[in-house]
Amino acid sequence: MDWHNYEEIAAMVLFGIGFALLVLDRNLIKKNIAFAMTDSGMYLYLAAKGYISGRAAPIITDGVTEAERYINPVPAGLVLTGIVVSVASSAVMLAITVRLYRKYHTLNLDEITRLARGEE
Amino acid sequence: MSLQLWQSIPFAMILLPLGSAALTSVLPKRAARLWCAGVLALETLLSAFFFSKMLSFGQMYTYSMGHYPAPWGNELRAGPLEALVSLCFAVILLLSVLGGFRKLEMHVEGSKQNLYCALLMLLTCAMQAQLYTNDAFTAYVFVEILTLAAAGLITARSDGKGLLAGARYMVMNLVGSALFLLAVILLYDLTGHLLMSPMKKAVLALHETERYHAPMTMVIVLLVTGLSVKSALFPFHTWVPDAYGASTPITSAVLSSLLSKSYIFLLMKMMYRAIGMEVIAAARVDDILLLYGILGMIVGSVQAIAQKDLRRMIAWSSVAQIGYIYMGMGLGNEAGMAAALVQLLSHSAAKSMLFLAADGVADARGSSLLQRLRGAGYSTPVFGVVFTVGALSLVGAPLLGGFAAKACFALAAAERDGWRMLLVFAALAVSTLLNAVYFIGAVIQLYSKPDVAEGAKARTGVLSAVSVCALALVNLCLGVFASPLVQAIQSGLTLFG
Repeated sequence: MDWHNYEEIAAMVLFGIGFALLVLDRNLIKKNIAFAMTDSGMYLYLAAKGYISGRAAPIITDGVTEAERYINPVPAGLVLTGIVVSVASSAVMLAITVRLYRKYHTLNLDEITRLARGEE
Repeated sequence: MSLQLWQSIPFAMILLPLGSAALTSVLPKRAARLWCAGVLALETLLSAFFFSKMLSFGQMYTYSMGHYPAPWGNELRAGPLEALVSLCFAVILLLSVLGGFRKLEMHVEGSKQNLYCALLMLLTCAMQAQLYTNDAFTAYVFVEILTLAAAGLITARSDGKGLLAGARYMVMNLVGSALFLLAVILLYDLTGHLLMSPMKKAVLALHETERYHAPMTMVIVLLVTGLSVKSALFPFHTWVPDAYGASTPITSAVLSSLLSKSYIFLLMKMMYRAIGMEVIAAARVDDILLLYGILGMIVGSVQAIAQKDLRRMIAWSSVAQIGYIYMGMGLGNEAGMAAALVQLLSHSAAKSMLFLAADGVADARGSSLLQRLRGAGYSTPVFGVVFTVGALSLVGAPLLGGFAAKACFALAAAERDGWRMLLVFAALAVSTLLNAVYFIGAVIQLYSKPDVAEGAKARTGVLSAVSVCALALVNLCLGVFASPLVQAIQSGLTLFG
């Protein structure tokens, strides 16, 4: 079997685990962790796809100017942008989690829903 | 071709609220509110001017950011359709915000009102950027900005229900964003482009040679699923009733009318401009959209009938109305897409007005439970009448926006053959009937003879009364000038791809 794409496979496994947890787990902290895993999986995939083995980052050091010797810097730029975006999303999600925990003293989303319904 | 000055307006419409978001976050609350309203008014004027210019210009143009040429740079792309949708979004945003300011004092702490304004500005910026961008990754970034700004708006009324609604909203939307981002990454991987127009060329070339057929189908499924999760298409609608039903009126009005529409417009743009409708149709995704759209129409209406709270009823009706839009997109012809756009605009105008009017009516009785609202239409005449107009528009009474949309759907379905036509006709009939059951029921409840002694007349803010009346006028205009509207949308669609 051909194992050229093991980085991509690892990335998609990570994405799958994170995605399943994000949807299925009821614990808000675990949902946060799952979200971080989902996004890391995607960035790993993007970084793996953006690298071609044997080529260098596009910085001219020894006067080599042929484009074939370098990799495209855009995927790495996208990964950086994406990381910033997911940090912001995580922060908002964690802030909501903290405030829900202070109010209901539980992290279980079903439990919180039950308590909030009871308030009416 | 060198650009005229007015052609920079889309860029200004993105940059202006972005800068204002930073500014309003440090202003005192009164100044922040004034600034926010001023910027929204300016956006409306700019977009109106831009739309009139685009009508006479009559073609697409690209605005390259940083002057890098096409396959590398980042660009905005504007045509008559974007200008029209942008104008409608700006008008509805302005009127919803003016209409809801009255309740902001009550629902949001004084020291945080400037931050609420900053979030509104970010929301405006992200919506306009999503409308005009021609770059898939930029679209993703603004999708996330829109998601986070909306999360802030939902949790602004920081009671338990608001926070819970925010948590549910965030989870569903992070799922949607993840799927959308994966689709963009895979598209970039397959085509080597981030700009939508070159992307489409590469996708069509792949489609003709049948290379990467399975990954391309996967991309389409991920793209459509991701954006339909975010725009609350039925089975993914679970966060909607809480998020719209429990928040402060500006949030309900703005989010229900514009948030999901913004994602839907992005989905249409990706379908037309980045992938191509023939590829979408070959993957049979349009039939799936048609079926889920129709299911959403029925389920949303049935749930709305079961609600005892007026605001939750309106929130559930959003689920049904989003179903209409997806039904139009799933018809798979240009007329269906145009009908979906007419519905997109008319529903935005009607839903924001309904939420504001429902809030005004509920204030008269101190509760939004339907049984307490008996005769409330008499105590707040303005909100009562406006609510009736909105309800009639969504039911599909002639002369109002909703009627135009339903007529367009029927005409578009008539162009299709066999089961699709019959299914759409049946769905339209059943769902109109269901809409009538709960909306006309609510209107009758508002105008029944009150069984309690009528209390003092509720205080109606002049500003909110004027803005809901203006929204009613927008609805009337969408209905009365339906044929030029449909023509503008159809001619815009031909340039859209």
